[in-house]
Amino acid sequence: MEFDYNNPVVVAAMIAFGFIVAAFLMCFWRLVKGPTLPDRVVALDLLAIYTLALCAAYTLLTGNPVYLDVALVLALTAFLSTVALALYLERRMDK
Amino acid sequence: MILDWLICLLLVSGSFFIFISGLGIMRLPDVFTRMHAGTKASSFGSGQIMIAVALYFLEPWIVIKCVLVVIFIFATAPVGAHMLGRACYFLRIPMWQGTVVDELKGKYDLKGHTLKSQDE
Repeated sequence: MEFDYNNPVVVAAMIAFGFIVAAFLMCFWRLVKGPTLPDRVVALDLLAIYTLALCAAYTLLTGNPVYLDVALVLALTAFLSTVALALYLERRMDK
Repeated sequence: MILDWLICLLLVSGSFFIFISGLGIMRLPDVFTRMHAGTKASSFGSGQIMIAVALYFLEPWIVIKCVLVVIFIFATAPVGAHMLGRACYFLRIPMWQGTVVDELKGKYDLKGHTLKSQDE
């Protein structure tokens, strides 16, 4: 895909991609290594927010607002998974 | 033109905050500090990026969607982090050895999952 690099917003979106992907990799490292299960749950919750930010940056890169719907749905479902996992962790302790 | 530079500034600073949250989740020593890095910095950063998207398009439906995303993030991230932190406290995940104060120590009923009140 061709991008117009004379447009400052496109360049800024590329820089934003760099930062977000770096954060993504660090978070993924924690997801793989995390010593306990809650560590992994925190990392998974964060990965959803990073994906949301990536979708928003991609919207600015392409100028196509369709990708914003993905961000909206992710913002809703990420919360549900976190709450379900937190409840599961608490219940599991009672056994 | 000024709007373009404002969008660039919001985009880069928002993604920089997200980068800081990734750094925090990799480098901080225990679950509770990691949660603090991840929740606050990442919701602030993605809020900034969403404002940048709203300013770029400036159409009513897109602005409404962006505001909705920001509201969802800012309403749900603290609730999720609180529930996770509570679960971690009940699971007795070890804190970092440099932790100075644990104000909840002895105040949680670990069997019934209730908090004792001050005057009891």
